[in-house]
Amino acid sequence: MSHFNAERVRADTPALTRVINGRPITYLDSGASSLPPRTVIEAMDEYYRLRHANVHRGVYQTAIEATDAYEGARAAIAQFLNAPGGSEGVVFTKNCTEAFNLLAKSWGAANLKDGDAVLLTEMEHHANIVPWFQLRETIDLDIRFIPVNDLFELDLTAIHDLLKGVKLLSLTAMSNVLGTVNPVQELATLAHAQGALVAVDAAQSVGHMPTDLVELDVDFMMFSGHKMLGPTGIGVFWARPEILATMPPFLGGGGMIADVRTDGYTPATGFTRFEAGTPMIAEAVGLHAAVRYLEGLGLDNVQTHDRALTVDAISRINHQFNGRVRIIGPTAHDNRGGVISLDVDGVHPHDIAQVLDEIGVCVRPGHHCAKPLMRRFGLAATARASFGPYSLTSDTDALLEGLQRAITFFG
Amino acid sequence: MSNLEELYKEIILDHYRTPRNRGELAPPASKTEGFNPLCGDELTVYLEVTDGKIVDIKITGHGCSISQASSSLMSVAVKGKTLEEVREVLSKFKNMMTLEGDVVDLNDPANREVLRSLGELAALQGVSKFPVRIKCATLAWNTLSQGLEEN
Repeated sequence: MSHFNAERVRADTPALTRVINGRPITYLDSGASSLPPRTVIEAMDEYYRLRHANVHRGVYQTAIEATDAYEGARAAIAQFLNAPGGSEGVVFTKNCTEAFNLLAKSWGAANLKDGDAVLLTEMEHHANIVPWFQLRETIDLDIRFIPVNDLFELDLTAIHDLLKGVKLLSLTAMSNVLGTVNPVQELATLAHAQGALVAVDAAQSVGHMPTDLVELDVDFMMFSGHKMLGPTGIGVFWARPEILATMPPFLGGGGMIADVRTDGYTPATGFTRFEAGTPMIAEAVGLHAAVRYLEGLGLDNVQTHDRALTVDAISRINHQFNGRVRIIGPTAHDNRGGVISLDVDGVHPHDIAQVLDEIGVCVRPGHHCAKPLMRRFGLAATARASFGPYSLTSDTDALLEGLQRAITFFG
Repeated sequence: MSNLEELYKEIILDHYRTPRNRGELAPPASKTEGFNPLCGDELTVYLEVTDGKIVDIKITGHGCSISQASSSLMSVAVKGKTLEEVREVLSKFKNMMTLEGDVVDLNDPANREVLRSLGELAALQGVSKFPVRIKCATLAWNTLSQGLEEN
């Protein structure tokens, strides 16, 4: 039975008590970073106050507790994702971007050869583009992009040709600009049939809809903690354990070794090989609390909530502004999440965001680290509103009020 | 005056809606591109410098009202000026914009004199109260600086 109640989530989220420019904050930037519930903040606070010690080293009580907390977070993430092989494939990184760098610089550098193809999509975040271009500086890679059609969805008409010779398909589960949810499972099946592996950028999806790695049948997944109600400074790189076992180390140092001599070193095995130095222990504790909180809400419920808000917002924007405000993303609700990019005719997104700030509305202006996608649609920037589980239709009311103000002000 | 009106003064809105010196100049005029990688604003400044004077300037590009108005105001302020005069305006403008978000103390006669000497450009002083928008206002000026160095 559902326990989801957005008002209760709101009450659990201290940052939503802020007053900005005399108005209660209207936080519509969860796509950039979500607001953590009290349980996440308290878990990290309690860890630092009572249990802090380095992990994997000490034999004393608090060091054991810290290690248990850190490894407990890994186990919780594995369970949350229904990850084949459990904790074995879960590597903690700084964020989703670092996870992509790990993929490209470890797996990519070891497995890709001159002439090999990597298939991306035109709606990828720079995190899933730049590391491949960097790798191309040393390996003559053929980097391809699945185009995006005028309905803001992947154009799959030439997918069979695009997949020829591809060693890796790396795509986002949900666009951080368009809100488009991609058919990951279907594409994974096609890619696997061609002998390619599949990596999924779940940064936008993992805190907003159920994720089941067994069902998706992909080989790699990456995301950030702070977009799923957790803290900044932690992200996850997941790889099938049997693939992870073949990957060379990424960063070197303490913690990731089995042995170090004066003539060389032997790396550790498993996820340990990829976690050099003291890891983000408090952040792992916070992420664990975020996972528990999301599980308590139910990801199905969060997705239903996002959809209801998105359908309502799109319909009201279209109705109230009569074409002056264009939604850069799908308008059908079944293939999209709660990220709504807006292009207001005659008013630059920065100016929109400035006027919205006057009434305490937080949206994100800019290219959202997706410049190839912006170019595809001839845009330099959009103003993006994005929902979280604490969002309400009253947030949309404030957004519409601000948009009307901006249009009136700039004429 | 509300915060918004202080930022978006009438002169700024006028230059945003009706930008002056829009367009391109053919070679041998110089061409310098400026980018604001964080927000995607792009600007190209074309300069025709003869006998130590900016005899013509044209600007193309896209960006927010502040970056567009600032580039238009700049083009008016530097056109027909000697390079020495242009460098002086540049330095005064940059000083006005880099007061670390503090409001210029208008009771200080020296500040009043600087603002008066900047003429219409002084309208952009309100931007310095909005730290994240300063880079919007300075994009054109940094591009001009770069263009002058290359000239």
